[in-house]
Amino acid sequence: MTLDLHTLLAILAMAAATVFTRLSGLLLVRHVGMDDGMRSAIEAIPPAVLMAVIAPTAFATGWAETIACLVTALAARRLPMLASVALGVLTVALLRAAGL
Amino acid sequence: MLQQQRGRVGEFLGGTRAILPLIVALVPIGLVFGAVSATKGLSALEAVLMSALVFAGGSQFVAMDIWTHPASWSAVAFAALLVNMRHVLMGASIGTKMASFKGVRKYIAVLFLADEIWAVSEFKAGRDRLTPLWFAGVAAPFYAAWVGSTLAGAMLGAFLGDPAVIGLDFAFPAVFVVLVMGFWKGRETGAVLIASGATAVLVQHFVPGVWYIAAGALVGLVAALWSGRAGTVAA
Repeated sequence: MTLDLHTLLAILAMAAATVFTRLSGLLLVRHVGMDDGMRSAIEAIPPAVLMAVIAPTAFATGWAETIACLVTALAARRLPMLASVALGVLTVALLRAAGL
Repeated sequence: MLQQQRGRVGEFLGGTRAILPLIVALVPIGLVFGAVSATKGLSALEAVLMSALVFAGGSQFVAMDIWTHPASWSAVAFAALLVNMRHVLMGASIGTKMASFKGVRKYIAVLFLADEIWAVSEFKAGRDRLTPLWFAGVAAPFYAAWVGSTLAGAMLGAFLGDPAVIGLDFAFPAVFVVLVMGFWKGRETGAVLIASGATAVLVQHFVPGVWYIAAGALVGLVAALWSGRAGTVAA
């Protein structure tokens, strides 16, 4: 169990950066007026952020990942989350094993 | 009195129930993070400290990607800032739904705004009222699972093997796909998704690093504003 000084500094700097991003959104909406445009923009935040995170995996990694994302998305319309995720993981494992 | 207490426990457990499937998906990711950090020369204590203090998986993996010896605090802090820039948007969005969080509670709550915690809270707020107790029921077990699985991964290290073989690396994107489907509200959402997705893929292809997340999210927002305005004009 060692704790290197440079490593500790790096961890603290990362933590500070993360705390800054998490708090500043909250502070931002306190000082911005709420009109309809603002409200529709805030409503669009969840899908916009989620999509940006997964898009490279879903569309630009390989066929296995793209197909598995599609399977997961279709499953999510009917099945609970855990089942959909399990189906997606199974699909990607099978397709990779098949060499896709 | 007893009934009130039972109601409060029930509220906390309601949050825990909502996050449970995501915890199942999180544990393998935490194990992998712990194992990767061990291959980069971090001790178990250092890996656990990072998970406990940073508590943002995406930026922690990126930090492992660019890790050097000795560690460069400015490089990993800048990467964390960039990867986590989406938290500004997430905090702005969830902040408008935290009316029942009094005083400093709102600020404490957003410190735990990991993607999964944020997403289930948005989901809850869309259907019901988001309360501090429910949020605590989401955040506490998720936090414990992240730190605990990091520790287990760091200790087991190389024994774990490559998670890609059994597809476990796909659990995280799969969770996000399910969540995206849950936020579908019609054609405007489609415009947001296309704008955000196309931008993220393009930027990821041409720009090194993790700019694609911030870029995709912002262009998705612009698309929402633009289609909102177009709708107003047409009406």
